[in-house]
Amino acid sequence: MTQSELFIQLLINGVTLGSYLALIALGYTMVYGIIELINFAHGDVYMLGFMISLTFLGFLGVRGTLGGWQLWVVIFGVMLVTMLCTGLINMTIDRIAYKPLRRAPRLAPLITAVGMSFMLENLGMIWKGPSQILYPDIFPAFDIPNGLFGLNTMVLFTTKDVFLMGVTIPLMVVLTLFIRRTKMGKAMRATAQDREAAALMGINVENVIRTTFFIGGALAGAAGMMVGLYLNTGRYLMGFDAGLLAFTSAVLGGIGNVTGAMLGGYVIGFLNAISDQYLSPEWTRAIVFTTLILVLVFKPSGLLGERTPEKS
Amino acid sequence: MALLQAQKISKHFGGLTAVSDLDLMIEQGMIASLIGPNGAGKTTFFNMVSGLYKPTSGRLLFEDKEIGGLRPNRVTIQGIGRTFQNIRLFANMTALENVLVGLNCRLKAGWAGALLRPPTVREEEVKARARAQELLTYVGLGGQGETLAKNLPYGLQRRLEIARALATDPKLLLLDEPTAGMNPQETVDAMALIKRLRDELGITILLIEHDMKVVMGISERITVLDYGAKIAEGTPDQVRADPKVIEAYLGKGVVTGLKGTKNASALLGKQAAAGTGR
Repeated sequence: MTQSELFIQLLINGVTLGSYLALIALGYTMVYGIIELINFAHGDVYMLGFMISLTFLGFLGVRGTLGGWQLWVVIFGVMLVTMLCTGLINMTIDRIAYKPLRRAPRLAPLITAVGMSFMLENLGMIWKGPSQILYPDIFPAFDIPNGLFGLNTMVLFTTKDVFLMGVTIPLMVVLTLFIRRTKMGKAMRATAQDREAAALMGINVENVIRTTFFIGGALAGAAGMMVGLYLNTGRYLMGFDAGLLAFTSAVLGGIGNVTGAMLGGYVIGFLNAISDQYLSPEWTRAIVFTTLILVLVFKPSGLLGERTPEKS
Repeated sequence: MALLQAQKISKHFGGLTAVSDLDLMIEQGMIASLIGPNGAGKTTFFNMVSGLYKPTSGRLLFEDKEIGGLRPNRVTIQGIGRTFQNIRLFANMTALENVLVGLNCRLKAGWAGALLRPPTVREEEVKARARAQELLTYVGLGGQGETLAKNLPYGLQRRLEIARALATDPKLLLLDEPTAGMNPQETVDAMALIKRLRDELGITILLIEHDMKVVMGISERITVLDYGAKIAEGTPDQVRADPKVIEAYLGKGVVTGLKGTKNASALLGKQAAAGTGR
C-alpha cells in the first residue's frame, strides 16, 4: 500500500467509525441536554439493538447474503422493528430507573445509570452467551474502486461502507430537522434551556423526556444493527466499548449540543483511524482520551459547547 | 365574577411556613397587586398558582375549577400565564422562537404531522408565525424577531417574556416584578403596556411589585402579605393608610419618625410622591 492509499483508507475508516459513533453519541447528548444525566446505560441499548436485530433476522431465517428486493425489505423492516424496540426499552429504563429520581441530587440517577448498564450487560450475556457472536453477512460487499472503476488499488471501499453512511447520515439529518422544525423539537430545545419555564409554556415536560429517551434509544438500536451488518460480529460487552467512545465524542463536541455530538463522533472516528494506522491499535485508547483531556483543559465546554452558568 | 380564588391556602417547606391560610380573590378583568416585604410569600403564592409548587393545604380555584397541585403545563392550558422575577427566557432561541414555544400548546399538529408536513399543518405553522410576529409587535419588539433572546437589552427581554406568556393565550397573567431593574422611562412604558393588556385584550392581571409608584399607579386592588399571611387588602388609598402595612414595611415606631433603614425611608418617599401625585 502506498502512502496516499494508506491515507485514503484512513479517511474511509474514520468516516465509517465516526458515523456510528455519532449516532450513539446523539443519545448521550440529547438526554444530557434535557435532564443533565449521563445515561451510562445508553451504550448497552446499542448492544441490545445488535442482539434484537440478530434475533429478528433469526426469526426470518436469514443466514447468508441477500439480494434484490429481499435485501431492502429485510434490512429496513428489521431495522424499523429494532429501533422501535430499543426506543421503547430506553423509555422503560427512564421510567423505572430515572423518573423516580427526577428530583433527587444528580449523583443518584448517575449511579443508577451505571447500575442499569451492568444489568443490561448481564442480560445480554445471559441471552446470547459470553463469547463473540456471529452476525449474518446479509449485505453484499462489492469492491467499488476495483470492481466498478477498474482501479488497481489496495484501498478497501465496498458497498457496505456506502450503506453504513447512507443509513447513518440521513438519520442524523432527519433528527436535526426534527429538532429544528417540529413542535416537539422546539419543546425539546425549550426544555433543555429551562425546564420550569418550558412547563409554564404549556409543555408537558415528562412527555418531552420520554420522547428524548425514545429517539436516543431508536438511534442506538439502528447503530447496533448497522455495526452488526458491517462487522458481522459483536458480543455482550460491545456496548461498553462503543458507549465509552460515543460518550467521549459527546463530551468532546460539547455535551448537550446535537451538532457537537455528530462532530465529536467523526473527530473520534478519525483519531481512532489515524492512531490505528500510524501508531498501533494498543495506543488508540490512550490517544483518544489524551485528546479529550487536552480539549477539556483548553475548552472545558467542548468544541461546540457553550459556557453555561450554573443553574440556580 | 371571581376568576381566581384562593381558599385558606398554605405552603410549608419543612418547618418554614411560606404562605399560611391565605384567602384571596381576583375578579375578572381587574389589575391586582400582591405586595409585601421580601420573604412575605408572594412568589411562593405565584408558584402555587402556576403549578410549580403543590399547596400544603387549602384550595385554589380558577374559573371555579380546582387547580391546586395540577402540573404547570396543565395550569397553563387552563389559561394562566406568568413571567418571572429573574427573566427566564429561552436564551439561545430567537425572540420569535420564544413566542412560538408559547404558542405550541395551542397548536393541534402531532409530531408525525409536523414531520410529514401535510398542507393543514403547514397552514397552521404559517398562522402561528404570523401570530407570533403580531404578539412581538404588540409588545414593541416588532423588528427584533430574529434576535437571540440573550442579545436583547434588558427592558426588551422583559417585554419578550410578556409576549411569550401572551402566546399561551392566558385569561389571567401573573407578572412577577415586571418593572424590576428598569429605569424610570422603561417603568412608565411597562405600566402602559400592562394597562393595555387589560383594556385591549381583557386579560386579568395579578402582579408582584416592589415599586410603590407602579403598584399605586395601576392596581385597582392591593393585597399585602407579611410572613405568609394577609395583613391588609383594599384599594391603593385604603392600603396606603393602613397602619399595619406601614408597620410591616417599616417596623414599629418608624411611623412616628424615630428610625428607618435606608430602604424604608426611600419607600416612604416613594409613597409620599405617589400620594401627592393624585
